[in-house]
Amino acid sequence: MTTQPAIRVQGIEKSFKDVHVLRGVDFDVTSGSIFALLGSNGAGKTTLVRILSTLLKADAGAASVQGFDVAGKPGDVRESISLTGQFAAVDEVLTGWENLVLVAKLRHLNNPAAIADDLLARFSLTDAGNRRASTYSGGMRRRLDIAMSLIGNPPIIFLDEPTTGLDPQARIEVWQTVKELAKGGTTVLLTTQYLDEAEQLADRIAILHKGTIIQNGTLTELKQLLPPAKVEYIEKQPSLEDVFLALVGDTRETDTGETGTGGINAAQNDRTVSARKETR
Amino acid sequence: MTTHVLGDTAVLTNRSLRHILRSPDTIITTAVTPIALMLLFTYVFGGAINTGSGESYVNYMLPGILLITIASGVAYTAYRLFLDLQGGIFERFQSMPIARSSVLWAHVLTSLTANLVSVAIVIAVALIMGFRTGASVAAWLAVAGILILFTLALTWIAVIAGLSAKSVDGASAFSYPLIFLPFISSAFVPTDSMPGPVAWFAENQPVTSIVDTLRALFAQEPVGNDVWIALAWLVGILIVAYAVSIAIYRRKIS
Repeated sequence: MTTQPAIRVQGIEKSFKDVHVLRGVDFDVTSGSIFALLGSNGAGKTTLVRILSTLLKADAGAASVQGFDVAGKPGDVRESISLTGQFAAVDEVLTGWENLVLVAKLRHLNNPAAIADDLLARFSLTDAGNRRASTYSGGMRRRLDIAMSLIGNPPIIFLDEPTTGLDPQARIEVWQTVKELAKGGTTVLLTTQYLDEAEQLADRIAILHKGTIIQNGTLTELKQLLPPAKVEYIEKQPSLEDVFLALVGDTRETDTGETGTGGINAAQNDRTVSARKETR
Repeated sequence: MTTHVLGDTAVLTNRSLRHILRSPDTIITTAVTPIALMLLFTYVFGGAINTGSGESYVNYMLPGILLITIASGVAYTAYRLFLDLQGGIFERFQSMPIARSSVLWAHVLTSLTANLVSVAIVIAVALIMGFRTGASVAAWLAVAGILILFTLALTWIAVIAGLSAKSVDGASAFSYPLIFLPFISSAFVPTDSMPGPVAWFAENQPVTSIVDTLRALFAQEPVGNDVWIALAWLVGILIVAYAVSIAIYRRKIS
């Protein structure tokens, strides 16, 4: 167990021409945790990931991954990480199996074929293993992409918006994979613009806004920053369903009875009041 | 890390060769246009062209046709490199602990293989059309050497185009002038039949010296000075194109 953080980012700045994308970003990621970088489009998430994965050089500041400086020892950093970019980086002409073998060979591992078979099974892609990746659905492609990232068991994985453009089912599959990774001790840095994704997965969440981290903490800590949940009463118009049921004389209780009035009453009263908790 | 250059290049070359095997049309398309030109020039224009030499017209123009084959074939290298850059797989490679130059060398070696296959197809068709040579093994090896050098020089130009292109069309557009150059050379008609300035250009551009060398090798005639001029052009273009490619690549990955 090392005491140093798996990822350390200190005062990173980056501009593209006149656009100041990152204006001094600082955070640490504890080894073996899931760290979510939350931000809207254009907040600089991808730029930061590209700097950490040695694809881009920062203008100022320092960052280290697994103790290696990203600018000074990019080779060692690349040995420790795996990047899953925003767009599934699979070779569409090759089959799923060939994609995995390719990466295993490039990581200079023994027995690439066995590694590929194993990962296909782990990601439920065995049946599709001999098909070209171009025939895969978005979710399958993403799974193959993540499987390719796991080859060689890098201690740190960067996932840049892993679920953007996926359907709900595929999203849940990706989430499952990420959780299992972290259980196995891998440090995961993921970027997302979906709040629920950060809420679901992350041990710590940092909010990147206009090039700086404006907040960094656990989900509980972030929630405490907000005013406590309060109860509000909001008028609820009857839905067409309520109207329909009232007219045809169905006496079944609608809704959940929060208001204490039945469906017919609600419809007859023209409006009903339902309570719902809302956090601001 | 550098110890893996050869291994990584081999793995990545294997990958792009697989791309070609799965779309063999790229080799066939590369061969079809030169074959069509060869048919056109031999059976339509050829009768009216006086080359001033006793040899058959197929023999006369084959060297130029081979250069056109390669010039159109390298466009696919720019195209494939551009697609890699677009698709994200390039970034995956860059973020992995592999020898960085392997990514480019794999494309270059693939281009070499594919173009040699296309050239072999064109030569086979030329043989059917009556191309004959008594060239010795050494002469054939010299022809192969010059064609390989030509392919490498043009492929590195294609790498520049592939790395700096903004669109798929832009990636392959660079090859049109290259395909056109042989027409303003000694490839199809003797240069002294051209008007002054055009003849001057034709005499002094690289294709003429390369074509004349290849023609002399096939005809078992002395290659004279042409071979040195041709080699100087080829090596010069190769070095410049390689240096520019590497500079662009460095800027891209830094």
